[in-house]
Amino acid sequence: MNQPMSDTQADQVTGTTPATDRKILVEVKGLKKYFPIKSGILFQREVAAVKAVDNVSFHIYEGETLGLVGESGCGKSTTGRTILQLYEATAGSIKFQGQEITNLKGAQLRKMRREMQMIFQDPYASLNPRMSVGRIVAEPLVVHNIGTKQEREDRVAELLELVGLNPYFVRRYPHEFSGGQRQRIGLARALALNPEFIVADEPISALDVSIQAQVVNLMQKLQETLGLTYLFIAHDLSMVRHLCDRVAVMYLGKIVEIAESEELYTNPLHPYTQALLSAVPVPDPVVEEKRQRIILKGDVPSPINPPTGCNFNTRCPVSVDMCYQEDPGLIEVQPEHWVACHRVD
Amino acid sequence: MAVAEGAEPISLQEQEESQRSNPWFDAWRLFRRNKASMVALGVILLIVFIAVTAKLWTNIGLIDARGGAVARHTVNPLNVAPQDSYPDPGLAARDDQGRNPYWCGWLTDEALVSVQDKYCSLPEPDAEKKQWVWLLGADSNGKDWLTQTIYGAQVSLAVGVVGATMSLVVGLIYGMISGFYGGRIDNAMMRFVDFMYGFPTLVFIILMQVYFTEVAREYQDQGRGGIVGFILDLNKDMGGLLFLFIALGVLNWIGMARHARGLVLSYRSKEFVEAARAVGASNRRIIFIHLLPNIIGPLIVLETLAIPGYIFTEAFLSFIGLGVQPGTPSWGAMISEVRQRGGFFSNRHILLVPSIALVITTLSFNFLGDGLRDAFDPRMRGT
Repeated sequence: MNQPMSDTQADQVTGTTPATDRKILVEVKGLKKYFPIKSGILFQREVAAVKAVDNVSFHIYEGETLGLVGESGCGKSTTGRTILQLYEATAGSIKFQGQEITNLKGAQLRKMRREMQMIFQDPYASLNPRMSVGRIVAEPLVVHNIGTKQEREDRVAELLELVGLNPYFVRRYPHEFSGGQRQRIGLARALALNPEFIVADEPISALDVSIQAQVVNLMQKLQETLGLTYLFIAHDLSMVRHLCDRVAVMYLGKIVEIAESEELYTNPLHPYTQALLSAVPVPDPVVEEKRQRIILKGDVPSPINPPTGCNFNTRCPVSVDMCYQEDPGLIEVQPEHWVACHRVD
Repeated sequence: MAVAEGAEPISLQEQEESQRSNPWFDAWRLFRRNKASMVALGVILLIVFIAVTAKLWTNIGLIDARGGAVARHTVNPLNVAPQDSYPDPGLAARDDQGRNPYWCGWLTDEALVSVQDKYCSLPEPDAEKKQWVWLLGADSNGKDWLTQTIYGAQVSLAVGVVGATMSLVVGLIYGMISGFYGGRIDNAMMRFVDFMYGFPTLVFIILMQVYFTEVAREYQDQGRGGIVGFILDLNKDMGGLLFLFIALGVLNWIGMARHARGLVLSYRSKEFVEAARAVGASNRRIIFIHLLPNIIGPLIVLETLAIPGYIFTEAFLSFIGLGVQPGTPSWGAMISEVRQRGGFFSNRHILLVPSIALVITTLSFNFLGDGLRDAFDPRMRGT
């Protein structure tokens, strides 16, 4: 599975790609995803577009977990789904193992799908209620025509065991399981094809806190044993800190800050990141007492018509004139720490 | 659930468990708990059985012959040899006040003899048969009302089942294509449905029936053959049911198409469909494995609840003379006997027998649909 990366390393000088020895698994450059808004009774024409993802660039190293955080509707999930080609990118490039995947079609795309899988937020909607667990987990194998019936059954049992479920559950149906168990079934399905890369779209947001830890620990264990790479989309900041190697913060379709996890949490530079982190309670009464929350004013502007200049200028406590005219690009202020803000020096 | 081939033998408990977990089996379990629906299901099965085996009942002597199915006076409930001055046995069976005292009873020997004495000469009296004639009375033509009712069930059930099936199949395919492919296709297909929705259904059906009748008459006059002639002949053989199916089918799929589209839209965006896409499943697989099993339940419920509507429409059309061809036994046509010959008070069985049959059948389908809805409703299972 691990293909050599040598030919791809050469052209990774542009964008946010730093010069390191670590292999890059996924590279996203200038990704845009606009959803058209149509109007008209019979002949619809596009009148506007929701700019769900607007010029986003980042990369994910092999074997790491990249956290993607931001408030609801900022384009986190859209980013994840576009990488998996569930949505067609409006513009930009996505490279997986050095290969451009935005233009893949048919058989090539199907082949690529074996390498990247997804786990979903809602464990109640992500499993077909009319299929038994065995059929759900075996579906990827059936779709890609892998193995005989017996081999598939064996593989399903193996997968269920891998995610900590009793293999005897194959004949049961999703409604007989708890949210945590269902999420494990979804994980088993995602692992069926031995993927390299998994997009986890808020996989724990819908679970009880006690179950969240179980699922996160399972994901970590699987990452160690199978060498998986995760894009972990979440809004629980403390869980992201615990799980992720690096974290990207999104606001209104753009990435405002990317840094290594510890660096971001101890030294947030973008005012939005600072506001987000100030909202995290500290489990130490002395420190918690001194915690100063930065309350942002106003609401997130509409992604149909985002503000000119910096996206964040309508709510930014430290904005200056320049913020209303020029869109700040991501700048590497420290090694591996990128910020999109005019006020950061 | 069948045990998979080559699977290791599983214990009884496990077998039970696997049965318990199947969603279709769950629905059946819920349905079974609903007493009214189970009774309704039993009644429907009984009606179907009687209707399918109608010939059997008329041949074993319970009821004499096919009750007036073909033409006037071909039915002979009394085993009477037709005479030139063939009287009206229905009238004959009336008492002095003009009432028919036998409409819900057996003709007694005495009464039979009086009929025989007055109007006809019976062959050698058959002691067995005498007792069974006119079990539910007869109409003024002497058509046995029970036989008519039994054959009428064939028409009503055929209309209900064929109407529902056509609507389900056409509406499901149309709605699924529209909802699944979305965009411009969906827009065009649904605008057409909106357009069709604007038609006044009953008026449209009546006009179509009138049109078919006109065409049939024209063809008959000119004696032409061809495909149209073949269809006309077929319709005649089916007692006018073919055109009735067509008239019903032209409009009745529309509501189903809308429902199917709505369900497809709601399931298409569910995460398990997205998961299938992420795996690389084909559209065909998504439609048949993921969407269809989920949407078929509610649509079957809807169609079951629509069956009484089809039955009533047929009865209404036959009542006003635009349904089945004259001579074909149908409950609506039987009720119209009252309209044509009277007897609202004097011969209550004319109205009551087919009406009760109609009510029992439609109520049964309603209860069945209710039970199915409760059984298929996902909220009932907390999923």
